[in-house]
Amino acid sequence: MYEFNYHRPGSVDEAVELLKNSDDGKFLAGGHTLIPTLKQRLASPSDVIDITDAVKSGIDASGGNVVIGAGTTHAEVAGSMDVRNSIPALASLAGGIGDPHVRARGTIGGSVANNDPAADYPAACVALDATIVTSKREISADEFFTGMFETALEEDEIVTSVRFPVPAKAGYVKFPNPASRYALVGVFVASAGGGARVAVTGAGPCVFRDAAMESALSGDFSSGAIAEASVASDDLNSDIHASAEYRAHLVGVMARRAVDAANG
Amino acid sequence: MTDTGIGARVRRKEDKRFITGRGRYTDDINVADQAYAYFVRSPHAHATIDSIDISDASKAPGVLSVLTGDDLASDGINGLICGWMIHSKDGTPMKAGGHPALAQGKVRYVGNEVAVVIANSIAEAKAAAEMVNVEYSELEAVVDTATAQADGAAQIHEEAPNNTIYDWALGDKDAVDTAFSSAAHVTELDLVNNRLIPNPMEPRAAIGEYEAGTESYTLHTTSQNPHVARLVLSAFIGVAPEHKLRVIAPDVGGGFGSKIFIYAEETVCVWAAKKVGRPVKWTGERSESFLSDAHGRDHVTNAQLALDADGKILAMRVKTIANLGAYMSTFSSSVPTYLYATLLSGQYNIPSIYAEVDAVYTNTAPVDAYRGAGRPEAAYVVERLMETASRELGIDRAEIRRRNFITEFPHVTPVIMTYDAGDFNASLDMACEMIDYDNFASRKSASESAGKLRGIGLSNYIEACGIAPSAAVGSLGAGVGLWESAEVRVNPTGNVEVLTGSHSHGQGHETTFAQLVSEKLGLPLDQIEIVHGDTDKVQFGMGTYGSRSGAVGMSAIANACDKVIAKATKVAAHAMEAAEGDIEFKDGTFSVAGTDKSMAFAPEVSLTAYVAHNLPEGLEPGLKEGAFYDPTNFTFPAGCHICEVEIDPETGVTEIVDWVAVDDFGSIINPMIVEGQVHGGIAQGVGQALTEGCVYDDAGQLVTGSYMDYCMPRADNLPEFRLGFTETICPSNPLGLKGCGEAGAIASPAALMNAITDALGVVDVPMPASSQTVWNSLQGAKQAAE
Repeated sequence: MYEFNYHRPGSVDEAVELLKNSDDGKFLAGGHTLIPTLKQRLASPSDVIDITDAVKSGIDASGGNVVIGAGTTHAEVAGSMDVRNSIPALASLAGGIGDPHVRARGTIGGSVANNDPAADYPAACVALDATIVTSKREISADEFFTGMFETALEEDEIVTSVRFPVPAKAGYVKFPNPASRYALVGVFVASAGGGARVAVTGAGPCVFRDAAMESALSGDFSSGAIAEASVASDDLNSDIHASAEYRAHLVGVMARRAVDAANG
Repeated sequence: MTDTGIGARVRRKEDKRFITGRGRYTDDINVADQAYAYFVRSPHAHATIDSIDISDASKAPGVLSVLTGDDLASDGINGLICGWMIHSKDGTPMKAGGHPALAQGKVRYVGNEVAVVIANSIAEAKAAAEMVNVEYSELEAVVDTATAQADGAAQIHEEAPNNTIYDWALGDKDAVDTAFSSAAHVTELDLVNNRLIPNPMEPRAAIGEYEAGTESYTLHTTSQNPHVARLVLSAFIGVAPEHKLRVIAPDVGGGFGSKIFIYAEETVCVWAAKKVGRPVKWTGERSESFLSDAHGRDHVTNAQLALDADGKILAMRVKTIANLGAYMSTFSSSVPTYLYATLLSGQYNIPSIYAEVDAVYTNTAPVDAYRGAGRPEAAYVVERLMETASRELGIDRAEIRRRNFITEFPHVTPVIMTYDAGDFNASLDMACEMIDYDNFASRKSASESAGKLRGIGLSNYIEACGIAPSAAVGSLGAGVGLWESAEVRVNPTGNVEVLTGSHSHGQGHETTFAQLVSEKLGLPLDQIEIVHGDTDKVQFGMGTYGSRSGAVGMSAIANACDKVIAKATKVAAHAMEAAEGDIEFKDGTFSVAGTDKSMAFAPEVSLTAYVAHNLPEGLEPGLKEGAFYDPTNFTFPAGCHICEVEIDPETGVTEIVDWVAVDDFGSIINPMIVEGQVHGGIAQGVGQALTEGCVYDDAGQLVTGSYMDYCMPRADNLPEFRLGFTETICPSNPLGLKGCGEAGAIASPAALMNAITDALGVVDVPMPASSQTVWNSLQGAKQAAE
């Protein structure tokens, strides 16, 4: 690890100010991407601005929404009775991220801001039509996740909470990478007033929706409705663990299992 | 059996300190004024070094010294060695290239040590390492085992044309050819035994120290055999004279073979300590472990089995190419030869066998012994052949094995082994009974109803442990003898220190060895201390590998205990004014037959021996005896593993739904520890078959260089293990032990791959049978059907 200046501001405004005043500052939330990168000497920020005290943690379920503060850990989401009662698939997703150590430190704000192509939360955000609330504005999940490790966030913008509308039904099933246990393919399905939404993570460079499955499931929210579904492999990831073709096939399988899980 | 003696399920004495974080590993040790080493490693698989500019790095903050291969050469430090000579078919010795501890002129794999920076802190050493400017000219990399010998392939070492280290053979080629020419049936398989990265929990580490006043060196290192390390560092590499070098291997956190070898890093730490005048510490990071620990396996094999119409084996023919990586590691040459081809007879009566093995250099990390070392590769060949032959001939997989079992002992195989004892029917019968072999079909159809493909696989393995005797291994090319030493020091108060030349890196020797002594001397376990791992404390010994510590190491302890008892008997007889022949020794007490006279071993006899006021004439004071034990033969653990799998055809995921392991380890000291060894061995075998595979890309970059991509087996990959034991006593050592450390890893890959190919209805799928590999196989079958 290279040397850097460490800051722990108490407010979002202060955090933003610190970033503006640094040569090459980085925000630190749970640290599960930044810290390993630092340890491998792959990044050398001048300043690390720890936003643990700046962003709120906590969960509020009321008015048909579940609002989760950006600093809320995965373990808190997984264990929250509010989340488990209103969106059980979201609690189960959070309980399946990494291992207990990761869940005790990693935060929802950090996860969505980082937008790792194999992260779980982006699929939930997109399928549940969530709104990402930042220090500057509100951004719909569809607009927020823009590419591999890319989001609509500006340099000095901090995620402060994520607002999930409570769906009628939702399910998430992932096929873990055998080594890292990140999602090789994860599919989040949700059925709400506006129809069905299907979001896929792990398979491509960024979370994406599948229009054909959404349309089929909007008419009939059953795994039978997407019995033959899979996605084109053209733009999918390919590595030693899964070819694009295998990932494409798994998207269909995981989608059907997610629908079955949603129908419980 | 006492409650702490042979056969008792005693909890491991050492676990209290390990579980409470009080183990003392090499990295836990800090010596005054120590400096830190960081190695500059090659980013290229194959390149010439055109220049190394250390000027900036040398001036960087905190830097004491930057050393390169030129410095090693000018100090007359020799290269690392391979200590087992193999001769090719034409009688010529193996063609080994040089292996300097820091590269000289050329780098040959990614991770090859090029320079070392010694600094006041590890952060300063790392920062300076980035300033070492090495100019390379890249050369074409040779990565693939099967094509390393091809015409036109880049040449890795001048000494080894076509990258071939040796082409070796064992067995009777003519007899095999004759048998094949008239065989009713020939089964043929092309098999790859996948390359593995050992991944002990504790990475390698070393601290070198030089004491100018006495001109002596100390090396703390993560070694399975500190005396062998000292011998190689002194006699061959020439870093320090043997009597001026103390090697200490404190607690060692796993090794699986990878800590047998003498590596560049510890060599450099000892040498550099004198050069910079400060102790030099190096602790490998996990990334360095992936790159530079000696890897395991990596065979490409064509195997053929000739059978008659009744499924009786007539002959076997095997051709293997073994990848030894970029340099020959310490025992690399022996693994694919005398530890592999000699086991190709398996549990079967095979009239003739011919095995050819070519060892090749590639631009990959060195390959050497890894849990099982050659024997898993042999068992894999034999048991995959048997299963395939059974399918092709339509003979039940258990029945074809029974028809070919060796049933009379001793049995001399056509590949120079003399099996001394065993009962292969007994282990097969017990395993079949435990797994309810006869009703597999109904379980298969139940799985089918649930949409799953079920398969069953057998593996009737045999292995050879406790490599011996020394004269025999010497005739096969070993540079060392393979005996073991022990010294039993009885203190005046009657407690005992047992100095063993063996070493523990997690196997529980402090408990099992103490159980043996408890049984022999009738002492409680807390009165017995097992001392190992320090060349200044312990007499020369050979260390731990090849499941030898029980069969060889404990035999030495048993013999030393017998000598102690013999002398103590004289002491007791004299003190009790009885004839030596009238003395009985039982449960720690010497008594005079037919009288009520007795003396306790501790402290009465022990004290008597040391105060020496009343000893028989001519008897030396004290009570301390040593033994060097050289066995008369290898030992031959054997058994039968049967596993059942269910495959999800939608995803290709394989679940192991049942696993039965029946092993014959001879007599057993601590069943709980033996069961743990079997569990761990199976876990590593499951890892090889299902999850682990070392991948280099075509340029020789290690793709699986971290746990993000190298897939260790996890708890959820493993089944409930159901174990059974049969027992035939090993006649070649006094305790009847056979060895249990490697059996699980030897038996299990074949059992699992036989089950997976059975479920899929295919001849072969490559290891590791990841979900993708299995799904691809299913897609291939689907396409073939369309």
